[in-house]
Amino acid sequence: MSVEATAHGAVHGEQAKYEDREFGFWVYLMTDSLIFALAFATYVVMIQNYSDGPTQKDLFSLGHTAGETFLLLTSTLTFGFASLAMRAGQASRVMLWLAVTMILGVGFVGMELAEFSGMIAAGAGPDRSGMLTAFFTLVGTHGVHVTLGSLGIFVMICQVAVKGLTRPVRSRLTRLAMFWHFLDIVWIGIFSVVYLPGIL
Amino acid sequence: MFGILTIDALPFYSWVAMTGAGVTVLGGAGALALVAWFNFWKPLWNDWLTSVDHKRIGVMYIILALIMLVRGFVDAIMMRMQQAFAMGNDGYLPPDHFDQIFSSHGTIMIFFMAMPFVSGLINIVVPQQIGARDVAFPFMNAVSLWLTASGAGLVLVSLVIGKFSTAGWTGYPPYSGIEYSPGVGVDYWLWALLVSGVGSTMTGINFIVTILRLRAPGMTLMKMPMFSWTSLVVALLMAFAFPALTVVAVMLGLDRIFGMHFFTNGDGGNMMNFINLLWIWGHPEVYILILPAFGVYSEVVATFSQKRLFGYESLVYATAAIGFLSFTVWLHHFFTMGSSASVNAFFGIATMIIAVPTGVKVFDWLFTMYRGRIIMHSTMYWTIGFIVTFVIGGVTGVLLALPPADYLMHNSTFLVAHFHNMLIPGALFGYFAGMNYWFPKAFGFKLDEKWGKRSFWFWISGFYCAFMPLYVLGFMGMSRRMEHYDMPEWQPYLIFAAFGAVLVMIGLICIGVQIWVSVRDRARNMDLTGDPWNGRTLEWATASPPAVYNFAIVPTVEDVDAFHDMKKRGVAYAAPERYEDIEMPDNTPLGLIIGGFGFVLGFAMIWHMWWLAVVSLVVVVACLIIKSSNDDDEHIIPAADVEAIEKERLKIIASQPPHPVIGAPDSPVPDGSPVPGRA
Amino acid sequence: MIQLPKTLPIRLLLTSLSLIFVSGCGLNTAPILDPKGPIALAERDLLFAALFVMMIVVIPVFIMAFLVVWRYRADGGKGKYTPDWGYSAGIDAVIWIVPAIIVIVLGYLLWNATFKLNPYKPLASSEPALEVQAIALDWKWLFVYPQYGVATVNELAMPVDRPVSFKITSDTVMNSFFIPSLAGQIYAMAGMTTQLHLVADSTGSFRGRNTQYSGDGFAEQWFEAHSMSNEDFEAWIEKVKQSDRGLDDASYAELAKPTIKHEVAYYSSFAPGLFGSILQKYAMNQDHRNLICTTTAQSEPVTPKLASLRKDANVRHSDD
Repeated sequence: MSVEATAHGAVHGEQAKYEDREFGFWVYLMTDSLIFALAFATYVVMIQNYSDGPTQKDLFSLGHTAGETFLLLTSTLTFGFASLAMRAGQASRVMLWLAVTMILGVGFVGMELAEFSGMIAAGAGPDRSGMLTAFFTLVGTHGVHVTLGSLGIFVMICQVAVKGLTRPVRSRLTRLAMFWHFLDIVWIGIFSVVYLPGIL
Repeated sequence: MFGILTIDALPFYSWVAMTGAGVTVLGGAGALALVAWFNFWKPLWNDWLTSVDHKRIGVMYIILALIMLVRGFVDAIMMRMQQAFAMGNDGYLPPDHFDQIFSSHGTIMIFFMAMPFVSGLINIVVPQQIGARDVAFPFMNAVSLWLTASGAGLVLVSLVIGKFSTAGWTGYPPYSGIEYSPGVGVDYWLWALLVSGVGSTMTGINFIVTILRLRAPGMTLMKMPMFSWTSLVVALLMAFAFPALTVVAVMLGLDRIFGMHFFTNGDGGNMMNFINLLWIWGHPEVYILILPAFGVYSEVVATFSQKRLFGYESLVYATAAIGFLSFTVWLHHFFTMGSSASVNAFFGIATMIIAVPTGVKVFDWLFTMYRGRIIMHSTMYWTIGFIVTFVIGGVTGVLLALPPADYLMHNSTFLVAHFHNMLIPGALFGYFAGMNYWFPKAFGFKLDEKWGKRSFWFWISGFYCAFMPLYVLGFMGMSRRMEHYDMPEWQPYLIFAAFGAVLVMIGLICIGVQIWVSVRDRARNMDLTGDPWNGRTLEWATASPPAVYNFAIVPTVEDVDAFHDMKKRGVAYAAPERYEDIEMPDNTPLGLIIGGFGFVLGFAMIWHMWWLAVVSLVVVVACLIIKSSNDDDEHIIPAADVEAIEKERLKIIASQPPHPVIGAPDSPVPDGSPVPGRA
Repeated sequence: MIQLPKTLPIRLLLTSLSLIFVSGCGLNTAPILDPKGPIALAERDLLFAALFVMMIVVIPVFIMAFLVVWRYRADGGKGKYTPDWGYSAGIDAVIWIVPAIIVIVLGYLLWNATFKLNPYKPLASSEPALEVQAIALDWKWLFVYPQYGVATVNELAMPVDRPVSFKITSDTVMNSFFIPSLAGQIYAMAGMTTQLHLVADSTGSFRGRNTQYSGDGFAEQWFEAHSMSNEDFEAWIEKVKQSDRGLDDASYAELAKPTIKHEVAYYSSFAPGLFGSILQKYAMNQDHRNLICTTTAQSEPVTPKLASLRKDANVRHSDD
């Protein structure tokens, strides 16, 4: 992005304000990706700190992870449909696709909680070993983000219903979409760094 | 209901702790009593606590910083007194108490004195300096302030309820883990850092966007004043370093609350990971504190040398280089952890490379004064005192960057002397200079010069007396953080250092007197023109104090010294043909509420009151949802109102004699005699 | 208004300065300025060399600062005034290049010295090094002499001119092992071994200590390191061997409990594999490999019984 070109002042109008927010949201996503980067790094450092506990091979199931991945990837697609509907100005379709996205997101969180509780019940909770500590924290941080994202989708469905697709609502939807796609990318990282090498 | 909080958390176990708690409670009560006495409740709520005006937020940040400076200094002088006496005896502080004091001293000075001071100066100055009417995200700005204040509140409360951490401001595990520090102290430290750290990240994001997107037309990046440049680099560092602090604090918190094993001894924990993550944040943090002061010095030295800043481009590149390099040197904080020689050598050399841009800056300031006409204003005292003292700190820093020398000096009082030698002149003196420089901009009257200079002399002599002995003690093998010792030859140095602390205390009192005297005599020190120092940058183009919108008409910039250039062209105070409506954000209590519940969340987590933690989280999220659903959060200031305000301002300015225009062919060479119009 | 503040601090400063000189400074015996071994000496000399090189920049800054302020002061300064002068390619080049050259010189010094003085590097000598295993406990140091079968607490002895090879770990929080007169410090961390090589070139007693803050007993966590002739050292070993105490699992567990100002103790024997078993308590992973850490953890033969001690020796702050 050309920074020089955006230096404007006298008339910092409505449009520019929304651009500021989107730019600010990009910066926020960069800080958030740093949080994930450090959680990834910590996991990699502790990847073999089993402390005589279970290893990744004992714990991960390819089918379950594939299910989670399917839900999240599909949700990114459905959010894409919501964005297209937003551009076309079709408020009810936006709400429909957002609702589908939220259901997929909640389904993802549910599967993740099921996985976590299964592991804890099997004596492989986050307090079992350094590896599991790092695993639960990395994957759990992503899960918390998806939960907050789902809450955000819910709020936005309400806003679209009450306010319609006004300029501020569209701006918020755009940023929420950035957030949701970002979480998808992080999940691909988790899938390739945590689950795939752990199962193979 | 109350988690692990019981009546035993009150400090009835020691008179020193009781006194501390008493002073804290009385201080709070006293502040409330004053508000009640002056019946200040309404303006306090309407104009300050709920304000989203960047100038008021900045002022509140600095008030917080000054309060915490006093609190942090009390810790410092208590440590100096303990070490001065505790030769061969236990002194007046038991180890457990001494350890809390050095931990809270560092935590307060870094997070709750220096950080708010930095944020405060940036808030007050940067939007005005770049010709903006506000920051990009005024509400988020208020949230940042109140989260910072909440963190400070947690540290203050730890003095009354429970204890503070004994693990030092860096809180290395496994000592800070639940196994070795089972009390609530480390939790106070953690939550203070977490709550305020989130605020700092948001401040970073806010000012990245503000500076990159809200500059006045014509102000390209290479025409941006130095303070704004350092603020931009600092904002980038805040946004990209503080997440590391958040991560490491959350991890340690998970270890402590849920028995996880990030950093524990055994069970697969790895304490070295903590130390790496902490310093990945920690080293950029040093520059977050120092670079704004560099920015202040750059502004002050040009204004009071009455001359263009020397080597502007060099300064910009040096600032950017320092910002970048600050992410590449973190390992120098632990050369003694057993890294291989090549790793240590790499980080040692990277560290020394930072000395190059820093040295360039020092020379640029000297060459700014060279062939200038230096007015010995108190801000120049701080600047010159800084240059001379900082160079000594730089030398000892390069010594510590040599791994084999660091093996000898690490963890010693030499190290303590070194980083105080960087942060007191390199950061605090700059903040004081900034406070003296921009005070009239914020309040409309100048600070008293006589007391300002007195505070400088006490601070600088106190600094040398307090820290030069610590360098020597490092050579004599004294480790940091010793609450008593049995080496008689150390004691004279420690007594001398305690004497230095007393001088610093007098310096601190002088600052208090300075503020008091200035407020009392404000009628004599009014700044009616908005430009008390014959300034060069845009913030001096606004009124003092500025109208809420800063600029009625956003100026067009043609030069680095934009306002100086406007004065030279004779357009500085030209009235526009017509004024326009101005849209400004509404005040809102939501920022204060979010900050307040951030405090409650931290307190609840510290004392294991899980229900309360959940409640406060829900409240915070609800506030955010409310805010995000409100599309009508701005009001219009009609053009007629703007015109009335501006006409009045221009009328007052016209009644004042003008400054001589520096560098204009017909202007006399200034000789330092009081220039008419500088009042 | 009151006029004293300008002179008062200066007068007080002079009084206190004289106080320090009267008391004899103590600098001639400062362990870092007056090292007793070649490693510490080389480290100190590096420090002085770097200090000397940096004076090339520092002295001009001091002189310039005072001259410039004097000559260009608004209140009577005589220097030329050029208010719009803000750049000179020549000066710009000098202020970048000269510090850069200095850093290159220092960098060269640093690189060589860091490899030469790497604490992990064994010292060349005709005699085999004295091996010592140093274990940080709360709040004392345990020294194990595997070549002699003895162990001591808070007292270290070594023959003069014979290199000493330390293997260092901790059975508690992070510590830092430091004998300022002889060599620089290195951290002691549970589950990991760090190494330090040093040699004393004169006899005498030097204080060593933990420099990493570790809790209530930190200030008292020091020991004497004695450098002695070969004969004296043999005699000292004999004296330790005469001790009626041995360091078995039970007495180690007792020793590992937190104590402040622990008196010097001699053990005529120790459980085999003691050091390794302390390491093993905190091993991070199954196959004892330390992957990405910057420090090398080493595993040694394990005594299962000691490993079972685990961390019950680490209950501290019982009053908290």
